[in-house]
Amino acid sequence: MSAFVALVRRDLARAFAGGGGLLPLAFFLLVATLFPFAIGPDGALLARAGGGALWMAALLAALLPVDRLIAPDAEAGVLDQLAVRGFSEEAVCAAKILAHWLSFGPLLMIAALPAAALLRLDAATLVRLEAGLAIGTPGLAALALGTAALTAGLRGAGALSGLLMLPLAVPVLIFGAGALGGNPGALKLLAAATLLLVAGAPFAAGAALRALRD
Amino acid sequence: MNGPAARLRFERVACLRGTRLLFEDLSFALGPGEAALVTGPNGIGKSSLLRIAAGLLDPAAGTVERDGGVALVNETAALDPQRPLGAALAYWARIDGQGAAEVERGLAEMGIEGLAEVPVRMLSTGQRKRAALARLIAGGADLWLLDEPGNGLDAESLDRLSAAMAAHRAGGGIVLAASHQPLGISDAMPLRLGPPR
Repeated sequence: MSAFVALVRRDLARAFAGGGGLLPLAFFLLVATLFPFAIGPDGALLARAGGGALWMAALLAALLPVDRLIAPDAEAGVLDQLAVRGFSEEAVCAAKILAHWLSFGPLLMIAALPAAALLRLDAATLVRLEAGLAIGTPGLAALALGTAALTAGLRGAGALSGLLMLPLAVPVLIFGAGALGGNPGALKLLAAATLLLVAGAPFAAGAALRALRD
Repeated sequence: MNGPAARLRFERVACLRGTRLLFEDLSFALGPGEAALVTGPNGIGKSSLLRIAAGLLDPAAGTVERDGGVALVNETAALDPQRPLGAALAYWARIDGQGAAEVERGLAEMGIEGLAEVPVRMLSTGQRKRAALARLIAGGADLWLLDEPGNGLDAESLDRLSAAMAAHRAGGGIVLAASHQPLGISDAMPLRLGPPR
């Protein structure tokens, strides 16, 4: 267990090394700032479209560090060293999902507060957005890690990651944005989608890492 | 070192990379205190043999049995470039269930105790290799798998390496090394890989 904690701590420290961890946050706030410029200053329109825009931003923010999640460790031999020590690929991937979520999920939830003000979301919508982000971002983290494992070692992995991950994120986006309107079933479906992603990603990513080793 | 006696056994192992058969019908066994030195021309499968021994590759045929913890030193250092050497080694020591004392012992045995505060990216090739060997010493694994451990090492470091291997074997450990240069383990079982017939 302490080794698992060590894995998570190392990945978390690496995510924040050199200010890299603040990149998703800055990206998220930038989208929230630019969106009113693109849509115009109509408050009612902003309030209606803003929540969905923030969900899009959260999705892309989760995808930002995807090329740093697996590939550097595979190249440096860290994954080999962990495998030699008897760590299953699934455990390594689970630790990396947790570390990735910790590096952007809570920060996005904090950043959603000023972003909601910029987009004139009302208090009820903000509460639903925060609840949705709390439930949905672990799923996005799992999806990003799975994508990182599948594309590690490929040329042009960054562009490919987007093509691979974004379609799979559609359920999270639909139910996350759907919950903003106050539909009580949407949060439950969002939780189901996240559960599926979080439960499945370590195994898919683990298999990808084993294939990468050959 | 703890638990049952260390052991490594290859039974009629074959290695297939892509469609190329690198070697086949390889059998040997190593017990506590024993060592083997794998030699052969480039590309004959020395590194693959060590990866099979480490469990990173599956043999195409045959069986591999391991008893005891495994440690591998190969061409990758697996140390975080931006962290100080001491901290990077402490991470692996924690994973290996070892403490700061073992890290210091490893650094001292490889003669790099003065580099603990230096970021890994500042280290030279030879220093990085010595750091990987320091991790090996600190890790306390029974089974040492060394892929070209002498690469980039100066004469003094080579002596330190052979002293470390001798101490490891005296404590009941096993060494399986692949190298083109003499490593100071003249009593090791020779494993010469040649092209399959």
